[in-house]
Amino acid sequence: MKTSTMIKETDAKEATTNACKLCTPLGASLAFKGVKGAISLMHGSQGCSTYIRRYLISHYKEPIDIASSNFSEDTAIFGGGANLTQSVKNVIRQYEPELLGISTTCLSETIGDDVPMILKRVRMEDTERKFPPIVHVSTPSYTGTHADGYVAAVKSLVDSLAVARETDAENAPVNVFPGMYSPADLRYLKDILSDFGLNYRMLPDYSETLDGGPWTTYKKIPEGGISVEDIASMGSARASLEFGHVTRFGETAATLLSTRFGIPAYALPMPAGVKATDRLFDILSEFSGKPVPEKYRKERERLLDSYVDGHKYTFGARAVIYGEEDLVAGMFAFLTEIGVIPVLCASGGTSGRLAETIESLTPEGFDDEVTVMQAADFGEIEQAAMDIKVDLFVGNSKGYSVSRKLGVPLVRVGFPIHDRVGGPRLHHIGYRGCQELFDRIANAILERRQEESGVGYSYL
Amino acid sequence: MSTFSPLKEREKQIYMKGEAPFDMTCDTKSAAGSVSQRACVFCGSRVVLYPVADALHLVHGPIGCAAYTWDIRGSLSSGPELHRKSFSTDLREKQVIFGGETRLYRSLTELIDRYEPKAAFVYATCIVGIIGDDVSAVCKKVAAEKGIPVIPVHSEGFKGTKKDGYKAACDALGTLIGTGDTSAIGKISINILGEFNIGGESWIIENYYKKMGVDVVSVMTGDSRVDKIRKAHGASLNVVQCSGSMTYLAKMMEEKYGIPYIRVSYFGIEDTARALYDVAAHFSDRPDIMEKTKALVHDEVSVIHPEIKKYRAYLTGKRAAIYVGGAFKAFSLIKALKSLGMTTILAGSQTGSKEDYEILKDMCDDGTVIVDDANPLELSKYIVDKKADLFIGGVKERPVAYKMGVGFCDHNHERKIPLAGFEGMVHFAREVYGTVKSPVWGLLKNER
Ligand code: SF4
Ligand code: SF4
Repeated sequence: MKTSTMIKETDAKEATTNACKLCTPLGASLAFKGVKGAISLMHGSQGCSTYIRRYLISHYKEPIDIASSNFSEDTAIFGGGANLTQSVKNVIRQYEPELLGISTTCLSETIGDDVPMILKRVRMEDTERKFPPIVHVSTPSYTGTHADGYVAAVKSLVDSLAVARETDAENAPVNVFPGMYSPADLRYLKDILSDFGLNYRMLPDYSETLDGGPWTTYKKIPEGGISVEDIASMGSARASLEFGHVTRFGETAATLLSTRFGIPAYALPMPAGVKATDRLFDILSEFSGKPVPEKYRKERERLLDSYVDGHKYTFGARAVIYGEEDLVAGMFAFLTEIGVIPVLCASGGTSGRLAETIESLTPEGFDDEVTVMQAADFGEIEQAAMDIKVDLFVGNSKGYSVSRKLGVPLVRVGFPIHDRVGGPRLHHIGYRGCQELFDRIANAILERRQEESGVGYSYL
Repeated sequence: MSTFSPLKEREKQIYMKGEAPFDMTCDTKSAAGSVSQRACVFCGSRVVLYPVADALHLVHGPIGCAAYTWDIRGSLSSGPELHRKSFSTDLREKQVIFGGETRLYRSLTELIDRYEPKAAFVYATCIVGIIGDDVSAVCKKVAAEKGIPVIPVHSEGFKGTKKDGYKAACDALGTLIGTGDTSAIGKISINILGEFNIGGESWIIENYYKKMGVDVVSVMTGDSRVDKIRKAHGASLNVVQCSGSMTYLAKMMEEKYGIPYIRVSYFGIEDTARALYDVAAHFSDRPDIMEKTKALVHDEVSVIHPEIKKYRAYLTGKRAAIYVGGAFKAFSLIKALKSLGMTTILAGSQTGSKEDYEILKDMCDDGTVIVDDANPLELSKYIVDKKADLFIGGVKERPVAYKMGVGFCDHNHERKIPLAGFEGMVHFAREVYGTVKSPVWGLLKNER
């Protein structure tokens, strides 16, 4: 495969135009939403938390409360200690949370607040009060993206809560660390784990908190999520499964548990596409000692059957994929399975590892040219896409304006979906996710063909 | 909701009409650790300046502030759409340590070369205030080199509230006003202030003035252009909507150019008619304008009346909660809802002033809850306790309403349909009717 890699100079070049990334604390807040009874607090100015809330709410369409320590000019000069102290107390009083997740913003990071120190003092000065566990994650946005904030928060949760306990090896749980998937994906993943009869701990689990039903009384904190107790028991698991292509480099929750407690860490790609999903099922089979349940074998068979039925429609279609690095890598693996050519793979992610990841995922016999853009923005994606012929966009809502300009369909995946209903109910992973995506992509191509045809057949 | 207790700091920001003496504390920073629905200084500036469609808007800071404000508002432009792009200096660790002036300079020059804007606004966000970049100096340098106004907007998020952001934006506009040629502008002319062309609202209103024979010199800032703003000082009258954001600019222009201003609202039949009559009355030496205005109002109202009547029949007696950005908007909403036969059971705003809350109190019935800078817990409690059928607010309030089985109408800058003017009133009534009457609520109530 010929991969021409364009690495955007983040320093010498111009400004970012229409960012293809979000800021770090957003990812951290998302992870905290996956813990039972947790409330999120951002240490910084009011604006950041309000903007982030609005952004999340517009996708999940659920109430999402994120408190702010609400810096003022004095705070910025004298440090955020007093504000953070008061915030912790206020949030605990008002929400009575089972866990308080604190993420920092650029502001508190830049002025150099020592958050762990401040938190220690809060507890020491107020021995009367019963504090829930407080987990802090450092998330300055100038060093990463929302995807990094997500991974960092999951790691911090494990770091401060997981403990080693005596357990018999038979019943020890399996830890599962999913990527930034949809609530529907997480529900499906949980079904799979249960159907294998596995005792598992999944962190985060926002499958209910970010996609629930109507309420009769208002809930300060929506139901669902993994409990603090269950996170604690992750320290005595028999193995950790961690998903992701790019973000699992460096220290992560799984590698931390491996170093600290000797729990074997299994790194898996995003289970997108048949091959990646097969790997997941193989490993679950191994863990459980059970064969793949019939239900999933059938799902897989139907999926392959549909691949065959639709292969001519998808073959040769030229796609642009963009979004978080892990998602782009996952979609690359999936699309190349069905004959789509991902001519442009772009992410605002700044890990610098997307190109090599894509290279490693390239299947045998693939002989088309692929451009990988790292630390890219939609301004650059637009330009690059103009220069090559493309048929399809695969990514979040933010690419709509570019796809519209080019007159090609956008198949919405990932986050955020701000211009359609049902973003949290989209499936991306496993056989079911594949099936849904395959159908949507094939139909997007068919629809375009039908619309462009002068005849307008109703029989294709 | 027995466990609900407002934060102690918040007790003086919630009031129930008919209870205790009224002494609203507002204009304060949100309590640390509360989940405020408020935004920041930057947000205020961005809201006001965003619709200037042929200007470059560069957000100086890390990516978030720009990313979260990219193309989220429904401000339409009849021409250039540069405002719909999100530009950020996207500061990285290196600039946070060594300063971001060079990056700002390079970003500005490259973007100006590429897009050839008529002016550039540079928004300083929180971090910039901390690392100490001299934004004004960079702007000055680039302005001299490129020959266009490059205007710093001092909108560091932590340096106040959204209102301070409005002010910073008005200051920025103030540097443009007075620099254009006004020789072609006649006496019967106005500026429209505080109107942002959401869903084409400015066009609706401008059209009314056109029919009245009144020239609109500039709209600040709906569908506006730098050149028009430069000439704004040539108008005879400033007509200010949404008092919170732009009264400051009107006062500035009154002092500097002797242009009087009036405050109006284009929301609801009553207020829209009032606004147009007030403008007509200002040009009292031209009675023909008042004549035309009367005819216009008559025509417009008769067009929409039948449809409104239909909605009113259903909506009469229904109960509404209002939580909006500025209190002035709340006044109009209460009146408009009344004209649909509805009562208001909660009224609140993010940024109202003491006087605003006094007016609110006088407008409301006994038992109406009045809140300043409310949080989701409070809002949800009151809409349930007071049995609201409708909630009017912004995107952050929507899920609160929906979860509790209450209809919702978006009255913020993110909406895409025009609610202003007579025509807008029909849209509003349709929205309210559609959400309140929807059969889905019935299904929720049947649960279990
Ligand atoms: S960083 Fe400051 S200016 Fe930017 S959104 Fe946050 S509070 Fe507002
Ligand atoms: S200051 Fe940092 S944390 Fe806050 S919105 Fe901007 S990028 Fe995000």
